[in-house]
Amino acid sequence: MKSYNLNHLKELESEAMFVVREVAAQFENPVLLFSGGKDSIVCAHIARKAFYPAKVPFPLMHVDTGHNFPETMEFRDKYVKELGANLIVASVQNCIDNGLAVEEKGFNASRNGIQTVALLKGIEENKFDAAMGGARRDEEKARAKERFFSHRDEFGQWDPKNQRAELWNTFNGMKNFGENFRVFPISNWTEMDVWQYILAEEIELPSLYFSHQRDCFMRDGVVMYASDVIERRSEEKVEKMTVRFRTIGDMTCTGAVFSDADNLEKIIEEVASTRTTERGTRSDDKRSEAAMEDRKKQGYF
Amino acid sequence: MSDYLDMELLRFSTAGSVDDGKSTLIGRMLYDSKSIFEDQYEAIEASSKKKGEEHVNLALLTDGLRSEREQGITIDVAYRYFATPKRKFIIADTPGHIQYTRNMVTGSSTSNLSIILIDARKGIIEQTYRHTFIASLLGIPHVVFCVNKMDLVDYSEETFHKIKRETEAFVSKLGIKDITFIPISALKGDNVVNKSEKMDWYQGGTLLYFLENVHIGSDYNHIDCRFPVQYVIRPQSDEFHDYRGYAGRIAGGVFKPGDKVIALPSGFSSTIKSIDTFNGSIDEAFAPMSVTLTLEDEIDISRGDMIVRDNNRPDVAQDIDIMVCWLSEKPLQLNGKYAVKHTSADVRCVVKEIKYKVDINTLHRMEDDREIKMNDIGRISIRTTKPLFIDEYKRNRNTGSLILIDEATNDTVGAGMIL
Ligand SMILES: Nc1nc2c(ncn2[C@@H]2O[C@H](COP(=O)(O)OP(=O)(O)O)[C@@H](O)[C@H]2O)c(=O)[nH]1
Repeated sequence: MKSYNLNHLKELESEAMFVVREVAAQFENPVLLFSGGKDSIVCAHIARKAFYPAKVPFPLMHVDTGHNFPETMEFRDKYVKELGANLIVASVQNCIDNGLAVEEKGFNASRNGIQTVALLKGIEENKFDAAMGGARRDEEKARAKERFFSHRDEFGQWDPKNQRAELWNTFNGMKNFGENFRVFPISNWTEMDVWQYILAEEIELPSLYFSHQRDCFMRDGVVMYASDVIERRSEEKVEKMTVRFRTIGDMTCTGAVFSDADNLEKIIEEVASTRTTERGTRSDDKRSEAAMEDRKKQGYF
Repeated sequence: MSDYLDMELLRFSTAGSVDDGKSTLIGRMLYDSKSIFEDQYEAIEASSKKKGEEHVNLALLTDGLRSEREQGITIDVAYRYFATPKRKFIIADTPGHIQYTRNMVTGSSTSNLSIILIDARKGIIEQTYRHTFIASLLGIPHVVFCVNKMDLVDYSEETFHKIKRETEAFVSKLGIKDITFIPISALKGDNVVNKSEKMDWYQGGTLLYFLENVHIGSDYNHIDCRFPVQYVIRPQSDEFHDYRGYAGRIAGGVFKPGDKVIALPSGFSSTIKSIDTFNGSIDEAFAPMSVTLTLEDEIDISRGDMIVRDNNRPDVAQDIDIMVCWLSEKPLQLNGKYAVKHTSADVRCVVKEIKYKVDINTLHRMEDDREIKMNDIGRISIRTTKPLFIDEYKRNRNTGSLILIDEATNDTVGAGMIL
């Protein structure tokens, strides 16, 4: 008998398409969070495949810290246009200007914490009942227990002790008025799966992911881009370095890695031999051992 | 590049009672297969030191949330990932507490394989029966019994074989397709990733070897064609003006253009015109692929309907017998009404009868105690508001499963397997 087997990427893709279609079917007003990073690009790509030949039936929302890499913004605008989708921007700067959030000060100041404020405001103002995002369970310990459909109370909060059981592929998106869901279609993917998929599907990415020359300095063993939104200490010397980014977040807290990998094959090789997790280059998780869990409870992704 | 495109995906769950060594085993697998990053290792090294432990405690790798770290126990299902050049693995790590049947059912529901740990010193205990029963109930095709802590019984062949014999005796009644026994020491690493030098008497492969090679190609049903319609695609564009596609994930069987099909519940027949994907139309599609079907005829089909072959139909039923695992603090109510999700269909049901409860430690039916509380498993009859298109759970884990939802809280309260 002929054997019918999917390889792991196809099976993961099929699962993610199923989840995205479930969201479109079960919710009235869903949104896809789009940061311009590789995980959200993969999610958008999957959404595009899931509804083809129709357009993606929901808008994209970017939580804009105001400290994005210019390359990310350029990519975002181009990508959204190509997709033919509607883009909504939830601005952290606006929240600061309106006094909804207070900016951190000092050398390690970051807008990561107050991103949550803009995200929740964006969800509330647009009355979104489900927000999809490209978070993966392998990223961080607290995420390892996250469901595909993650129920949030009316304050957007996550209660790790009281999550709905999720069985088979039957997703329960029922909710009371005012509550909403976070949905993670690529929950089961690892960093490696994402890269392999990007290669297999020939997905375009922002140039930041590939090796290039950039003005950087070292802080606490992490390579930081010397952008004008980071205050530097006098001993932090700026030099041209050959780097790439493994994740793309806010310029204030996303570190680069030294790398010559200037194409996908080389990146995959690099990822295969790398000895630290992706999040190792993000200073926001290092603040305490349970940093991610605390932020999730407050409504962060 | 082509090598990883041939990798398969294996989903497995782990079960064992507290302190059988489950966390240590998973940590060992991740560590010996070089799936641990330096910063993760450094973090657990630091935690181990802080607690004054003399070795790096690999079990800490799988400790998730803070409350658990504080109590030193795992309280929910956590997912882990690792890969070897042959396969990618998804581990559903479920806790071994008495009251956590619920988590094991959840974690096992999508697994191809379950690892059940037995402490070599204790042999079969109550939990072993329970875990094995749940694995069989959830229709997990492959079960591996790992007899752990062999280092504490001098790697004794006799001990291993005694446990194996006793386990085989009760497992034979449960109808699990494929059973394997492996003697290991999670702590020392014997037979986990590397072959033990202490157990020459054991001729079989290591646990990882087994995980890499067990045949999973037939774990999906590729015989009975079932296509629950998830979403109807209508582009409303000039280019695809009259396009009407049915999007869904194949729940069983193999579909090809030209196949004669019928749509349920209407019973209208048609022929598959094309199977479409973003990358073009394809010649065949099988479970668990997500695709879009178009039909030759314009018939009215919407979400919740099912497309099947006209010569192989599921049962169309409103009175359904299920084994239910109860997940909620509030017990199952006889005559209670619940929302039901079954494939892409949403209906409501009333619980008509509670037939019996299963004593999951002895597997006896309890006909005099019919109160089904959290973590209980029992047989019930429900009547749904509309017919569902069902198969026996044993035949198809997709079309054979459903969930019950409390309509007041919207919480998922029951996991049902159709009999
Ligand atoms: N001697 C020995 N001890 C083990 C073995 N596996 C686990 N342990 C110990 O048993 C205890 C419980 O292990 P743990 O992995 O936390 O159990 P869990 O509750 O099933 O996750 C720990 O002290 C482990 O070091 C083994 O193979 N041999």
